[in-house]
Amino acid sequence: MELHELTVHELHEKLAGREVSAEELVSSFFSRINSLEPKLRAFLTITEEKALMRARETDKLGKYEGLDGIPFALKDIFCTRGIKTTCASKILENFVPTYDSTAGRRLEEQGGILLGKLNMDEFAMGSSTEHSAFYSTCNPWDLERVPGGSSGGSAAAVSAGETPFALGTDTGGSIRQPASYCGVVGLKPTYGRVSRWGVIAFASSLDQVGVFSKDVRDCAIVMSIIAGKDPLDSTSVELEVPDYSSFLDGNVRGMKIGYPREYFQQGVEESIKTAVMQALKKYEEMGAIIEEVSLPHSEYALPAYYLVAPAEASANLARFDGVRYGLRDFDAENVIDMFSRSRSQGFGNEVKRRIMLGTYALSSGYYDAYYLKALKVRRLIANDFEKVFNDYDLIVSPTAPSPAFKLGEQTGDPLTLYMNDILTVPVNMAGLPGMSIPCGLVNGLPVGMQLIGKAFDEGTLFKAAHAFEQNTDYHKMRPTLGVK
Amino acid sequence: MALTIKEVEHVALLARLELNADEKQTFAEQMGTILDYANRLNELDTDGIEPLSHILPVFNVLRDDEVKPGSPREEILSNAPLLEDQQYKVPKII
Repeated sequence: MELHELTVHELHEKLAGREVSAEELVSSFFSRINSLEPKLRAFLTITEEKALMRARETDKLGKYEGLDGIPFALKDIFCTRGIKTTCASKILENFVPTYDSTAGRRLEEQGGILLGKLNMDEFAMGSSTEHSAFYSTCNPWDLERVPGGSSGGSAAAVSAGETPFALGTDTGGSIRQPASYCGVVGLKPTYGRVSRWGVIAFASSLDQVGVFSKDVRDCAIVMSIIAGKDPLDSTSVELEVPDYSSFLDGNVRGMKIGYPREYFQQGVEESIKTAVMQALKKYEEMGAIIEEVSLPHSEYALPAYYLVAPAEASANLARFDGVRYGLRDFDAENVIDMFSRSRSQGFGNEVKRRIMLGTYALSSGYYDAYYLKALKVRRLIANDFEKVFNDYDLIVSPTAPSPAFKLGEQTGDPLTLYMNDILTVPVNMAGLPGMSIPCGLVNGLPVGMQLIGKAFDEGTLFKAAHAFEQNTDYHKMRPTLGVK
Repeated sequence: MALTIKEVEHVALLARLELNADEKQTFAEQMGTILDYANRLNELDTDGIEPLSHILPVFNVLRDDEVKPGSPREEILSNAPLLEDQQYKVPKII
């Protein structure tokens, strides 16, 4: 097998067994990147020189523990000291952070080597990566289709073997949906599980950092490194981080799995339902108990989300005013005009739309009717999950209502695009951990199954996802990269 | 129902966005559609329901106020669009 086909734990074996040096490994990923990028466009910035330097340092030390010598890449929403961080926006086109995100720093402290920064929807707003201010990324399974979003570059790069793993962020499905579209593992941990220090904020009560990988074991390895309390993020929680690899025992006997009937309606394509139902049957064969459950307020999660998330975004994005960093309009004669013009030139359409919507929902006279109402509905959604989790260990559903759609197909009506998030948004509203793993192919395109767990019970997700992998081969599917 | 252009202009001012005529028209329609969809929340009786602003039972996370090294001043200032005497320079405010 080629190096780009291997998982993190397989690459680690190669390094530790001196079959390959870190420099050879890192170089091989750059040749892969350089040959694929002209058609895939998953990266916004490539940090080849720095990476090769670090690889040589690793080889000089000759110690291969943890992530020593293992390449990775970051969604361009993670601040990287001295390396441009754009959030795929014109307003941050030339922004160079002066510090690192905690999650990225922890990976580097464990020996991981950064290959570059990945494309995304501008400020993580979108489900297709077509809202990047720079260019769209293609889906490795069919280059005419989107990789999903907003972490589309992360999903495409892992799927195509341009990086063994990547980090992304998930506010309403931005890790799970692209993972589903690109046939890789994607984990959004519990709100508060991973530090968000140095991650450019979208909606602060929903945003969470997570992992893209080829298999569940890799995801567990990376999660064990990035999870945990960080004094720099007051929303990160003081809870011990287990070694997530210890949950990978392949045993789901007696595990109670509920599948919510509402997640198999709401315009979910038949082929997707069939694939997920077959996966549930597989779990039953493996000894799990499968029962239908109900999350009765599910249909209200999306309208509530599209008030809460834009409201928080409108506040978070107020900092982009052209004063201290970012794009500035130099023709304005007074400071208010300078703010408005800089922002209007710097933000793309989707970002403006959400800032407008959020500002409206928070404005005097509408606050109670929209924002406060949405927060009350959010409580009902969280209560639904709590009730089911009194009796069940895990909830399983499709990740997205359809496989990857074509580039340009859903750019017209924003509401149609928002519907892609219908099965992932409720999980963020309730702050729960959610994982997407590949569970089938429909017309040559990957289908993802979503596993939802109790708060801070990522362990059960790892256990169930790994057991599924042990009994199926979907995680071994690799894209043909457009050669049909 | 579409928003009026006047409403859009008011929100744009609050949001510090300068919109052209086309954008105002498009946003008036699109925001109307999205808010109609959001109005579905009114089907639910939420009287007596406590709003949920975030899921964590943590409040007022405090730490000791100790002086620690931060990012170097020169590095931070190097991102500034316009400086004078090592200070941010903006157009006239008053």
